[in-house]
Amino acid sequence: MPGNHPSGDKRFKLLDAAMKKHQFRADALLEVLHTAQELFGFLQPDLLIYIARQLKLPPSRVYGVATFYHFFSFTPKGEHSCVVCLGTACYVKGAAALQNAVEKELDVKAGQTRSDGKASVSIARCVGACGLAPVAVFDGEVAGGLTAEAAVKRVKGWLEHGSG
Amino acid sequence: MDLAELNEVAESERSRQKPMRIRCCTAAGCVSSGSLAVKQALDRAIVERGLNDYVQACSVGCLRLCCAGPLVQVDPSQELFEEVKPDQAPTIVQSLLARSASDGVKRGNPAMPFFAKQQPIVLENSGIVEPERIESYIAAGGYRALQQAIREMSPAEVVDAVTKSGLRGRGGAGYPTGVKWSLVAKMPGAQKYVVCNADEGDPGAFMDRSVLESDPHRVLEGMAIAAYAVGATQGFVYVRGEYPLAIHRLQVAIKQANKLGLLGSGIFESPVNFRIDLRIGAGAFVCGEETALIASIEGKRGTPTARPPYPAEKGLWSCPTLINNVETFANIPPILNKGADWFASIGTAKSKGTKVFALAGKIRYTGLVEVPMGMPLRTIVEDLGGGAPDGGTIKAVQTGGPSGGCIPAPLLDTPVDYESLQAVGSIMGSGGMIVMDQTTNMVEVAKYFMEFCMDESCGKCVPCRAGTVQLHRLLTRIAAGDASQAEIKQLEVLCDMVKHTSLCGLGQSAPNPVLSTLRYFRQEYDQSIKKGRISLI
Ligand SMILES: Cc1cc2nc3c(=O)[nH]c(=O)nc-3n(C[C@H](O)[C@H](O)[C@H](O)COP(=O)(O)O)c2cc1C
Ligand code: SF4
Ligand code: FES
Repeated sequence: MPGNHPSGDKRFKLLDAAMKKHQFRADALLEVLHTAQELFGFLQPDLLIYIARQLKLPPSRVYGVATFYHFFSFTPKGEHSCVVCLGTACYVKGAAALQNAVEKELDVKAGQTRSDGKASVSIARCVGACGLAPVAVFDGEVAGGLTAEAAVKRVKGWLEHGSG
Repeated sequence: MDLAELNEVAESERSRQKPMRIRCCTAAGCVSSGSLAVKQALDRAIVERGLNDYVQACSVGCLRLCCAGPLVQVDPSQELFEEVKPDQAPTIVQSLLARSASDGVKRGNPAMPFFAKQQPIVLENSGIVEPERIESYIAAGGYRALQQAIREMSPAEVVDAVTKSGLRGRGGAGYPTGVKWSLVAKMPGAQKYVVCNADEGDPGAFMDRSVLESDPHRVLEGMAIAAYAVGATQGFVYVRGEYPLAIHRLQVAIKQANKLGLLGSGIFESPVNFRIDLRIGAGAFVCGEETALIASIEGKRGTPTARPPYPAEKGLWSCPTLINNVETFANIPPILNKGADWFASIGTAKSKGTKVFALAGKIRYTGLVEVPMGMPLRTIVEDLGGGAPDGGTIKAVQTGGPSGGCIPAPLLDTPVDYESLQAVGSIMGSGGMIVMDQTTNMVEVAKYFMEFCMDESCGKCVPCRAGTVQLHRLLTRIAAGDASQAEIKQLEVLCDMVKHTSLCGLGQSAPNPVLSTLRYFRQEYDQSIKKGRISLI
């Protein structure tokens, strides 16, 4: 069922292309959700309904699948993001203190975004760099061997000026 | 592609290689400490010195000693450089020409026990071949086993070789791989699937990630051999979404193998077809469980289903499906290359071959180790790992992640094999090995893992959905000193119930970290309660 979203938003075109690549098969739902999140940053109800229609699936199925997986997010992310690893290796090396320090500095709890949209904090269960524990990911960049002070230093700049 | 052409590719790759190679680790660990910039700086330094004809810098996979990254190693001298910074590149290149003792670049010792006591089979190419160049893998002998299987062996002979090798699944449960393959091979039906489980859910383990980032073709080759043996034409690799570099390298590898006719249709100019697609996980631990993984590939919620029927009989889209772990597949090519007897000669009577462990936590040397099965835990953590850092003492070693247990220091002489680890209340697991020192509170550890299981429970069955919440609540109360002795009793009863009545492995093994800490560190539970009592008075 090719056909672009009435909004004319170019990103829907790319999403359509991804669905087409999978021949609009229902079993490609996860791949499609991945693409949608990549394109839009998060999954809005409107977007989920659009996907349901295109893949000929009940919206409940699309919503049910999307909410099952931690990877998908339903609220906009902040301009900057800090992901603190709470995997076992990082936990043993004191990741909880890291988390507290970052949460305090950015004044936001893990899993949330600041109301001014500047930054969000989340936790991960192992990013696979356990040899460097404790680890956090700042705007997609993994940093290892962190102390609470070093982590705070990384995120401090985010609040003052736009760039970090 | 036939054997002659394969040899040609290998030959031309070897002649392309310069007499000196500076191997630069570009697996995720070292990348996060800046190894990409080091590689670029090395490239520049070589050009500036006009050494292009003699020296080359290459991007390789994991050099294993992750804590000392970025790591760089030189061929043929094997000299190892640690914590390399980009501005040290000219010095490293200079050192190839004239040795100087104190040039400010940190040298590692390739003869230290961390390296010397390892026996790399799965990781034999790791840190040596260039993961994004198939020619490099072929020059190291890659795809020879697939060629041999398809052109010289019948599918049944391949299955026999795997059975004879004694290889057992490396994903955790240790099911004999040959038996699983023969089950799928015997199933009727034209459509069968081979699935590689690269979900690596244990939070604190990174073996599979390293294998995929360092030597992706090895895994693809293992899968293709499996496909030939069981009669499958379609394969999937289900990778964790948290591993972008592994995903990228797999994509590159699949493309290259397709182009050379090593995957796809008419492999090695035979009628054998095998196509591999990637499926990206979306952050759900339970999807590592095989029936949940199947549901997830089908685009559904990753909820497990009761077995039997096993995936071997009814898996993806109800067709016979072979599911193995990354490391299991990576063991297949050497088994065919060097023979089942060679493989079976390594390890113990019931656990053959080697195991890769991701060594982390309170230990001096963190990184990847591959050791023969049966090596005492003590040798791994004290000799290879160098013991606890900063004068600490090792209190326990955790294996098996949230499904495993804590092995206390007095039991460190336990050999690592499937049965021995189970006998002390833990499991082999997929290979995460976290060392804990005297500062680690074991009640908190039990609570930590229970929180993980509670968050990751899919919610399908009551014992796990409600049981993990109850267990976590009890552990929180105990850790905070708010509980009574009766609640420890309650904890034990509840553990037993959840263990025996949950539907899938997640719930069945969720109590393990609690049970093993209760077994070996009961005094910490008691103390926690006593402390609470005292503060009440
Ligand atoms: C909760 C749970 C999580 C699992 N996670 C993984 C995993 O991350 N990787 C893996 O290979 N096997 C995992 N397994 C085991 C798989 O179900 C399956 O046994 C394995 O992939 C089979 O491969 P093998 O025979 O090569 O070990 C998990 C099992 C359970 C119950
Ligand atoms: S044991 Fe837990 S994870 Fe497994 S099916 Fe039941 S609720 Fe889901
Ligand atoms: S536990 Fe933090 S990276 Fe693995």
